[in-house]
Amino acid sequence: MEQAMKQSETWEPKILAFLCNWCSYAGADLAGVSRLQYPPNIRVIRIPCSGRMNPAFIVAALRNGVDGVLVSGCHPGDCHYLSGNYFARRKFTVFKSLLEYMGIEEGRVHFSWVSAAEGEKFSQVVSEVTEKVKALGPAKNYVREKIEVC
Amino acid sequence: MEKIAEQIRSEASRLLEKGEVELVVGFRKGSIPMVSRPWLARTPQEAKELHWDGFCNLNLANYLTKRKGKVAVVAKGCDSRSLVLHIQEHQISREQVVVVGVPCNGMLDRRKLQQAAGRGKEILEVEETDGSVQLRGRDLQISLPREEALQQCCSICEHRNPVVKDLLVGQEVAEQKSERFKEVLEIEAKKAQERWEVFRQVLSTCIRCYACRNACPHCYCPECFVDCSRPQWVGKSQDPEDVFTFHLFRAFHMAGRCTDCGSCERACPMGIPVRLLTRKLEKEIKERWGYEVGTSLEGVPPLATYQPDDPQDFIL
Repeated sequence: MEQAMKQSETWEPKILAFLCNWCSYAGADLAGVSRLQYPPNIRVIRIPCSGRMNPAFIVAALRNGVDGVLVSGCHPGDCHYLSGNYFARRKFTVFKSLLEYMGIEEGRVHFSWVSAAEGEKFSQVVSEVTEKVKALGPAKNYVREKIEVC
Repeated sequence: MEKIAEQIRSEASRLLEKGEVELVVGFRKGSIPMVSRPWLARTPQEAKELHWDGFCNLNLANYLTKRKGKVAVVAKGCDSRSLVLHIQEHQISREQVVVVGVPCNGMLDRRKLQQAAGRGKEILEVEETDGSVQLRGRDLQISLPREEALQQCCSICEHRNPVVKDLLVGQEVAEQKSERFKEVLEIEAKKAQERWEVFRQVLSTCIRCYACRNACPHCYCPECFVDCSRPQWVGKSQDPEDVFTFHLFRAFHMAGRCTDCGSCERACPMGIPVRLLTRKLEKEIKERWGYEVGTSLEGVPPLATYQPDDPQDFIL
């Protein structure tokens, strides 16, 4: 049923966005307050810092049927905790390449820097990510058939 | 080989007699052919059991994690690199360890030898001479070149001499240059879906025994992510998704920490080439930050540090 829905023409991707509390979340807020238009495909989860982002979150999201993931934090040098995003950047570099090496399509997982003043950029990033994930189609490979009951 | 073993024994006895160390971690002859087992000698008497041959392939850094007191360790190239990482990660301090370095010509692969002997043939004795290996058993007497019998990780190893050492046993050997990332490059050249299929195939036989994790000298978290139940990062089943997740994270936890000693692959009862993943990370880290794990005590592991101008071409 779900599979059939996904393949129908009205399919819209589900994208999970992990936004850092201090910049990107406020950036998303600004985009909303400024009435900027962006695709309604993202679901936002607020994290304290992009450095808090555990790659396991990305994998858990993909495994449970999300079509794309966006992780966004403060620009380098602007981290509220001074260096969280610098460490995150190294971690993401390696993790993204491993993920793609193992066969997750390029374009499922995205990273961005969006500051609290960049409502405009936030809407652009979301549009771009949504477009790329749409082009890839529904995630099939890594999705569990049945979602485990916790 | 016997000469090296003799020197290891005499150095070990000397260190123990003088009381310079409480313990010598080395190898002892195994009770079956083609296996040498780790040996923790605490007295000069016990040090007489120490042994050295082409099957001393275990990574002895495994026995040093969080050890108290002074310890001597017999270290090949890979053991010494793992030891460096242990020191960098504060699992043991440099002052605590006396490194008895042994230059290594590569260790022999038990599976390859068995294959050379043929099915159903039992190898009872293995003798190593310069450049060749003789296998003996009932109705069995063959000789093959040593290079052909090496473990894959040894045949592409670029650090055969110990990188840190207090004593050196035997002669330093010539380092080799090799195509370290041949298989990785082959996989990289494929399309995403093909790569997915490759790993689905490679990992399909995994029985989730965690031998690769247990054998790894750098897996020493008090609680492993696979044992974690709240939140449960990876399911306990043998479903392809769970197996994929396990291998993905096991490899990722090795990012910037793997010395490619081959312990994981050797321990795998199903013969899964798990080093395909860790070698990809090794390549990535070498290309991006020019870092080689465990080659010097001064460096900081790449994921434990940063540069303000790190490349970020993939970030929107």
